[in-house]
Amino acid sequence: MAAENEKTLFDMDANKYTIKKTSKVGTVLVYIGLLFWTFINLFPIYWMFTFSLKNNKEIFGENVAGLPKHWLWSNYSSAMKTGHMATYFVNSIIVTVATIIITLIAALMATYAITRLVWKLSKSVNAFFMLGLTIPIHASIVPIYVTLSRIRMLNTYWALIIPYAAFSLAMGILICSGFMGDIPKDLDEAARIDGCGVWGIFIRIIVPLMRPALATIGIYTFLQCWNELMFANVFNSKDQLKTLPVGIQALSGQYTTNWGPIGAALVIATFPTLFAYIFLSRKIQESFIAGAVKG
Amino acid sequence: MNKKVINNINIIAFLLPAMILFIGVLIAPILLSGYYSLFDWNGFGAKTFIGFSNYVELFTSDAIGFIKALCNSLLLAGLSVFVQLPFSLGLALVLGRSIRGERGFLSVFFMPVLISTVVIGQLWLKIYNPSYGILNVFLTRIGLESWTRIWLGTKETALGACFVPTLWQYVGYHMLLMYAGVKSVSPDLREAAKIDGATNGQVNRYIVIPCIKPIIKVSVIFAITGSLKSFDLIYVLTNGGPLHATEVPSTLMIDMLFLRNRYGMGSTIAVMLIVLCFAFALLINKLFKEEA
Repeated sequence: MAAENEKTLFDMDANKYTIKKTSKVGTVLVYIGLLFWTFINLFPIYWMFTFSLKNNKEIFGENVAGLPKHWLWSNYSSAMKTGHMATYFVNSIIVTVATIIITLIAALMATYAITRLVWKLSKSVNAFFMLGLTIPIHASIVPIYVTLSRIRMLNTYWALIIPYAAFSLAMGILICSGFMGDIPKDLDEAARIDGCGVWGIFIRIIVPLMRPALATIGIYTFLQCWNELMFANVFNSKDQLKTLPVGIQALSGQYTTNWGPIGAALVIATFPTLFAYIFLSRKIQESFIAGAVKG
Repeated sequence: MNKKVINNINIIAFLLPAMILFIGVLIAPILLSGYYSLFDWNGFGAKTFIGFSNYVELFTSDAIGFIKALCNSLLLAGLSVFVQLPFSLGLALVLGRSIRGERGFLSVFFMPVLISTVVIGQLWLKIYNPSYGILNVFLTRIGLESWTRIWLGTKETALGACFVPTLWQYVGYHMLLMYAGVKSVSPDLREAAKIDGATNGQVNRYIVIPCIKPIIKVSVIFAITGSLKSFDLIYVLTNGGPLHATEVPSTLMIDMLFLRNRYGMGSTIAVMLIVLCFAFALLINKLFKEEA
């Protein structure tokens, strides 16, 4: 059954058809186009990486697009220390991990109640949660800001974690119900006969079988939180609490004329995501598809 | 009876965390935004009830420039639907044909979606930099020095310069969604058409595109609501300047709140954004239904 879950759209390649009629010239043109677009997509990343290792003299004329002549790793240490990137990085991790944990717990529990327990309003409650998919994050910025400042929670990690979790919830429930629907109800029945209560079934049967869904939701939530700017910018103004996107903004203000450390900061913020993408590209792509196509 | 009570308690217990988060952070604040939008309020002092004056002012005052900001974001939405999406669809159709290197291309094209918009914005700031940015350096080197501009600092070019990275970044996202759709079209269907003598173009036109219409609809909705909400890139690149040339509703809202302390007006813009997003989503749904 787990194998069933992991069968994905990418496996359909097995049915490749073989009739080919395309002209050679057409094929060549298509490839030229694709390679050009590849270049457009990769060049900024390459350029970012190389200028993170150069001094201003190279960036500003001597060697604009080539590999650095002197690999200036000191850019990284100044970004980390003077630019506080180390702090921002840790903050981003704390906020992201906490958000993922809260989203997962809340989404799993709610989905279990909606799809596995029998009650009248389950469908309406589900529709209610799905409203969250269309609500823009801007909608609530004023009231949340006012409330947070009243209860003196501005400039805390929670000021970001709670809103992020709430805004990730709708997608979490949507993805969860897709996966939970694939778990046969006979399993619940069997467990009940063996004397499991609803909580027992949830923790012992459902949660372990939901692992692929957890990964999907985790990836999706990670990218939302890791890159979010508006809330992070408004709710946390203290340097020690800034997340990466806000931190980079601060750092680029601080180093306006010295591009090397800015480049280093950009690489530091991007590197974990790209590194994960190299190993998990399919899984990451699937989590985006799962969110949009089922919606 | 007792069993039923326990069942109900269980249901409530399972729903509780999600409900608290959802109502506390999404539903209640939206209602509050609607409420605040009826007041003249600096966020801390007393609120003065002014009815719908904020809405009237928002649409009539040139000083606020909401109409201009809205037009900018609708222009972005138009470009997104008529330039970005067809381009993404083209890529998806080509890659979906199982060509060589399909996976590699797909992964590279999707990469910009994963990078933080702030990082992309900072990169493009450097690309556009008037004296050292690679765009102007490149133009100078190939002898087109007269084409160099202060891209983000000139009223005429700033909006375009903001749109290019915005559109570029999400090509990969729409491509991926459509690609997933293209891949789910039954190969038998394609093969049958091919045996009947259809060319690749005809297969796409008469089989693949009609099959993936639901996904195209989702893409159109995302493209439009995304454009209405666009904030990060513009905030990083120009923050609405020069002379409000690149203002969009979200940058205007942040301005109102944290520069001018007009919380009532900020809430009014927030409410308008929600209304517009929902209205467009419904409209697109309806258009696609009628056509089907």
